[in-house]
Amino acid sequence: MTSTTLATRNLRTGFIALLAAAGMLGLGFAAVPLYRLFCQVTGFGGTTQRATVEEADLAAELARSAGARTMSIRFDASLARDMPWSFAPRQVTDRVAIGERDIAIYEARNNSDVPVTGTATFNVEPEQAGVYFHKIQCFCFTEQTLQPGQSVTMPVQYFVDPKALDDPRMEGVEQITLSYTFHRRIEPAS
Amino acid sequence: MATTADTFQAHHDDAHHDADHKPGFFARWFMSTNHKDIGTLYLIFAIMAGVIGGAVSGIMRMELQEPGIQYLGWWVEFLGGGASDFDKAGHMWNVLITAHGLIMVFFMVMPAMIGGFGNWFVPLMIGAPDMAFPRMNNVSFWLTVAGFLSLMFSAFVPGGTGNGAGTGWTVYAPLSTSGSVGPAVDFAIFSLHLAGAGSILGATNFITTILNMRAPGMTLHKMPLFVWSLLVTAFLLLLALPVLAAAITMLLTDRNFGTTFFDPAGGGDPVLYQHLFWFFGHPEVYIMILPGFGIVSQIVATFSRKPVFGYLGMAYAMVAIGVIGFVVWAHHMYTVGLDVNTKMYFTAATMVIAVPTGVKIFSWIATMWGGSLEFKSPLVWALGFIFLFTVGGVTGVVLANGGIDDNLHDTYYVVAHFHYVLSMGAVFAIFAGFYYWFPKMSGRWHSELLSHVHFWLFFIGVNVVFFPMHFLGMNGMSRRIPDYTPAFTYWNEIASNGYWIIVASMVVFFANIGWALVAGKRAAGNYWGAGATTLEWSLTSPPPFHQFETLPVIEDHHSHHDHIGGRPEKQGARPAAH
Ligand code: HEM
Ligand SMILES: [Cu+2]
Repeated sequence: MTSTTLATRNLRTGFIALLAAAGMLGLGFAAVPLYRLFCQVTGFGGTTQRATVEEADLAAELARSAGARTMSIRFDASLARDMPWSFAPRQVTDRVAIGERDIAIYEARNNSDVPVTGTATFNVEPEQAGVYFHKIQCFCFTEQTLQPGQSVTMPVQYFVDPKALDDPRMEGVEQITLSYTFHRRIEPAS
Repeated sequence: MATTADTFQAHHDDAHHDADHKPGFFARWFMSTNHKDIGTLYLIFAIMAGVIGGAVSGIMRMELQEPGIQYLGWWVEFLGGGASDFDKAGHMWNVLITAHGLIMVFFMVMPAMIGGFGNWFVPLMIGAPDMAFPRMNNVSFWLTVAGFLSLMFSAFVPGGTGNGAGTGWTVYAPLSTSGSVGPAVDFAIFSLHLAGAGSILGATNFITTILNMRAPGMTLHKMPLFVWSLLVTAFLLLLALPVLAAAITMLLTDRNFGTTFFDPAGGGDPVLYQHLFWFFGHPEVYIMILPGFGIVSQIVATFSRKPVFGYLGMAYAMVAIGVIGFVVWAHHMYTVGLDVNTKMYFTAATMVIAVPTGVKIFSWIATMWGGSLEFKSPLVWALGFIFLFTVGGVTGVVLANGGIDDNLHDTYYVVAHFHYVLSMGAVFAIFAGFYYWFPKMSGRWHSELLSHVHFWLFFIGVNVVFFPMHFLGMNGMSRRIPDYTPAFTYWNEIASNGYWIIVASMVVFFANIGWALVAGKRAAGNYWGAGATTLEWSLTSPPPFHQFETLPVIEDHHSHHDHIGGRPEKQGARPAAH
C-alpha cells in the first residue's frame, strides 16, 4: 500500500461521504413538497380532500344504498393576527346525511380602508376525518380580494365520504369541525 | 511555509525528519494540521465554551432561586440593551436559555467528545499517523470557532423585543421568523451553519480515516469500541446535520427573502419546521452521547482488566441506536396534534431504543462483574456516568409514552430528563475520558485525590440541581419561563443552591489541571498498566509529534481487546487478556 493509493482512496471515500451529506441536504429541502403531498394523500393532521361533482354523485348513491346515518358538522372561523377582516360562518352547526352534498356559507367583510387579499387555511377535527371530508367547491381554493368596506358571502360545497362508516377510527365520531383561518397575503417586499 | 507543509505530511515515508520536529508557535497552533494539536485546541475551546455556558446557567439559576424577576433587568442594562422593562427582561431570559443550550450542545459537548477526544485518539487507537485530511481538520476547528463568535456577536444586536436571539435552541418558527425581527437571529442561525459545516467536514474526515487508515490487521471487528462509537457518530452527523442546515436555511429565507416555508399565510406550515428540526435533533442527542459510550467502554475494560463483555453486541448496539434514532423524532412533538396512530408508532419506536441502550448498560456491568476493579478516577467517573445516564434513560422511557407526555411536555420533568442524560451522562463521560487520557495528552499526572474530590462535589451538585426538577415538572412547572408561582419555591431554591456546589467542583477541576501542568509528575507510556491494551498505550506520554511512521501490526493473536500484548507464550507477567 503506497501513500499515493492511500491518498486516492481517501479522496474517494471523502467524496462519497460529502455526496451523502449533499443528498441529505437535498432531502431536507425536498421535505417541503413531500410533506404537502403526504398531507394531501393521507389527510394527515386533518387535511381535507378535494372531489369532483362526479365523485360526489357516486358517493351520494353509495350512501343511499347503505342507508347511511347523519353527521353533525360544526363550522369555525378565525383570522390571523394582522388580518383586518371580520369572518364568520352563517350557521355554526349543520346536520347532513353522510354522502349527501351540502353547502355552508361563510361571511366576510373587509374593515380596513385598503383592498386586502387573503388566503384561507383549513383543516378538520378530529384529524382522522380529514380523508373523508371532501370539498367540491371552496373559497379556500383561491385567493379572495375584498375592497375597502366590501362584504361577501363565501360558499363551501362538501360531503362526508360514506367510507368513513367502515373505518374503526371513525367509530363514535358524532361531529366534524371544519375550521378556516384567513391570512393576509404577504405582499412581496414593500 | 513550505517546510511546515512538508513536516505535516506525517504519512509520507520521509524517514529523514525527526518525529518530534515541531513548527513554530503560530504555525503550530493557528495553522495546525496535526491531529493531536487540533484535538488539544478543541479541548481548550470546549473548556472555555463550557465556562461561558456554565456561567449563563448560573444567571438562570439565580433568577429561578425565588419567584418574581430579580436579575434580568440588570443584565439587560449591563449588556447594553438600554432601560429595561418587563418585555425586555423576558426577552433576556429567552436569550440566556438559547445561549446556554446552543453553547453546551454545539460548542461544549460536541467539540470535547468528537473534536477533542475523537481527534486525539481515533488515529492513535487505529495505528494511523494522522487523520485522512489534516488540513480539512484545521478548517473544521476554525469553522467551529467562527460559529461560536457569530453566536456571541448575536447577543449584542437587536433580536425583536430586545438584543440577542431569544428563540430557544430549537429555533422554532414563527418565533424565530416573524417573532424575532432584527439581525440577532440571523447571526444565531449563521452560527449553526458554520458549526454544522465544521462538523460535517469533521465527520467526513473520521469516516475516511476509520475506513481507510487502520493499521494492518486491525479489522473492523478488532477496532476499539471508542473508534466504533466515533464511526457511528460520524455517520449520524453526516446524515442528520444537512437536514438541520436545510431547515435553518429555509428559516433564513422566510426571515429575509419573503418565502413562506413555515408561514401558513403563504401555504407553509410551522409544524414542518419541527419535523425537520427533530429529524436532526434526535440523532443529535445520540451524537452527543455515543462517543461517551465509547469512552466508558474503554475505561470499564481497562480498570476491570478484562475485555469488555459482549464486544460485538456493544458495537452493533451503537449501530442499532444510530439507525433507530432516525425514526423516532416525533416523540418531541406529541403535542402538536398528531393523531393517535402516529403517536402509537412513535411511542413504540422510541421504546425500542431502550433495548440496545439496555444492552450497553448490562454489558458494562457484566464487564465489571468479578473483575479486579481499581477505583482510579476514570472508573469512578465512568460509574457515575452509568448510574446517572440510567436514571435519565428511565425518565426518557416515561416521556416516550405519548399519553403521559401530553402532561409532561415542556415542563421541568423534560429538563430533568435531558440534563440527566447530558449534563450528567455526557459530561461525566467527558470527565472520565479527561482523567483517563490527560496524562497521555500532557505527559503529566493530575492529582488523583483532587479528581476524586472533583467527582464527589460534582456528583452531589448535579443531583441537587436536577433531581428536584422531576418534582417541579410533575407538579406542572413550565420550562423556559423565568417566573413561577410561589408554590414551586422550595425545590427551586434547593436546585439553585446546588449550582454553587457545581461551581466549587469546577474550581477543584481547574486547580487540578493547573497543579498537573505546573508540578505534575511525569507520566509513563502505559501508566494504567496491564488493563490498558489499545495502541495509544504503546506510545510515550505525550506521544511523539508524529507517531506510527512505521505502522503497527495487529497480529492474529491480538483480539479486539488487546492490540499491544506480545504473543501468549512470551507474555510472562501480563495476565491473560482473553
Ligand atoms: C432511552 C432513551 C431515551 C428516550 C426513550 C428518550 C425520550 C425522550 C422524549 C420522549 C423526549 C421529549 C420530551 C418532551 O419534550 O416532552 C425527550 C427529550 C429530550 N431528550 Fe431524550 N430520550 C432518551 C435518551 C436521551 C439521550 C441519550 C439524550 C442525550 C444524550 C437525550 C436528550 C434529550 C433532550 C436534549 C431532550 C429535550 C429536547 C428539547 O425539547 O429541548 N435523550 N427524550
Ligand atoms: Cu429524542
